[in-house]
Amino acid sequence: MIIANKIHKKFGRLQVLNNVSVTCNKDQCIGLIGPNGSGKTTFIKCILGMVVCDTGFITFREKNINKEWSYRNDIGYMPQIGKYPDNMMVGQLFDMMKDIRSHDTKLDEELIEKFQLKDIFQKRMRTLSGGTRQKVSAALAFLFDPTVLILDEPTAGLDPISSEILKEKIIKEKSNGKLIIISSHILSELDDMVTEVMYMEFGFLKFHKKIEALRADTGETKLSKVIATLMLQSK
Amino acid sequence: MKKIFKYVVIDILRNRILLMYTIILLAISFSIFNLEDNSAKAILSLLNIVLIIVPLVSILFASIYVYNSAEFLELLVSQPLQRKTIWLSLFFGLTFSLCLAFFVGIGIPICLYHFDATGCMMIGTGLLLSVIFVSIAMLATVRIRDKAKGIGMAILLWLYFSVLYDGFVLMILFQFQDYPLEKIVSFISALNPIDLGRILVIIKMDVSALMGYTGAVFKIMFGSAAGTMVAFGILLLWSALPVSLSLAHFKKKDL
Repeated sequence: MIIANKIHKKFGRLQVLNNVSVTCNKDQCIGLIGPNGSGKTTFIKCILGMVVCDTGFITFREKNINKEWSYRNDIGYMPQIGKYPDNMMVGQLFDMMKDIRSHDTKLDEELIEKFQLKDIFQKRMRTLSGGTRQKVSAALAFLFDPTVLILDEPTAGLDPISSEILKEKIIKEKSNGKLIIISSHILSELDDMVTEVMYMEFGFLKFHKKIEALRADTGETKLSKVIATLMLQSK
Repeated sequence: MKKIFKYVVIDILRNRILLMYTIILLAISFSIFNLEDNSAKAILSLLNIVLIIVPLVSILFASIYVYNSAEFLELLVSQPLQRKTIWLSLFFGLTFSLCLAFFVGIGIPICLYHFDATGCMMIGTGLLLSVIFVSIAMLATVRIRDKAKGIGMAILLWLYFSVLYDGFVLMILFQFQDYPLEKIVSFISALNPIDLGRILVIIKMDVSALMGYTGAVFKIMFGSAAGTMVAFGILLLWSALPVSLSLAHFKKKDL
């Protein structure tokens, strides 16, 4: 579904992405992990066309995303730090998104209900706490029932109950046959969600493997142990 | 395009600064028209104010607004929208609101007190100057990431166009006063939208006779129908060129 081919990206002199090539398909739930500054968010932004890669190309359903925009109808994106117009009310934000995104499918308002966002529809965005912003971002990402979900550190800043709600929702959407890409530092919560792992370091894609294969390779069952073993091996 | 434009305009109009700008312009124009018994003289006083305030407010408001919509832009870029649509909606939203403020604040009083060729010319130039300085602001803000630097740049650009440029032209005139420079100077003036606007309005007035030989040259160059068309063409170019350059830059920008 999404194919990235030999992507390079430099910010000034800093090489953020170095020859990254991946193929992501339907029915996969990919955990994107790696240390801080390894290029995870930049890679995600490349897929969304928010960052334009220097060389290489990305295709979405066999179409190059360069200069293309309609493909984003199929993507729900939850940013790491949700930035929204400060003096817009939460309800207005949802109305605006519904207005600018053409949607034929039914809206998926499950998260709006479960997070009880209707109660804060009258609040301005700037008055929201970091965690509440995350809830708004999550609800927006799932709202249009997209076939691809890209979640950049979805549970960072959420309280335990909310992050459990979000995890349940992710697992539910996974069983609906969607492609889900999650970047996260909390490996224990990825355990019961991901089917594949992409590990990035210094802008290089170190590996992209099925989780069963990784477990078999290392003999560990927990993802955190698997990654720790692999990191030690590579040193 | 229409949807984003609508959101931008609603957001700007809710921001009371533009309302204040309109009220101040209204107050200035009504007081000038009421103080001067000769409305032609009032137009001249109004012209000088328009040529200072309109570019300043347009360039400053537009650049600050673009910087403040950084989050809005980032949100929209991740949605199924063309970058061109987003950027041009922002541009048209800003120009529409600033032109509306100018038209209500200066245009309507002119229509009430002094509705003739000079008055229309002044409304036309004021509207075009609003567009031009929004356009320049868009170019400056897309190129400079840092907010303080960008707004500083906007102020410097305004200073350049309204003060420094004239200084340079005067300096050239004094240095080379032994040579016949009128044609060259009127050509150089055409490169500055504020000067061009001033010339366009002044040659429509009787006072241009007071400017002597230079005034005559201006009248020959810009007074004819063809000359006016060329001048307006240059002003239109000034409004379209910076924004199209900024659009090309925005399409490739990393957000």
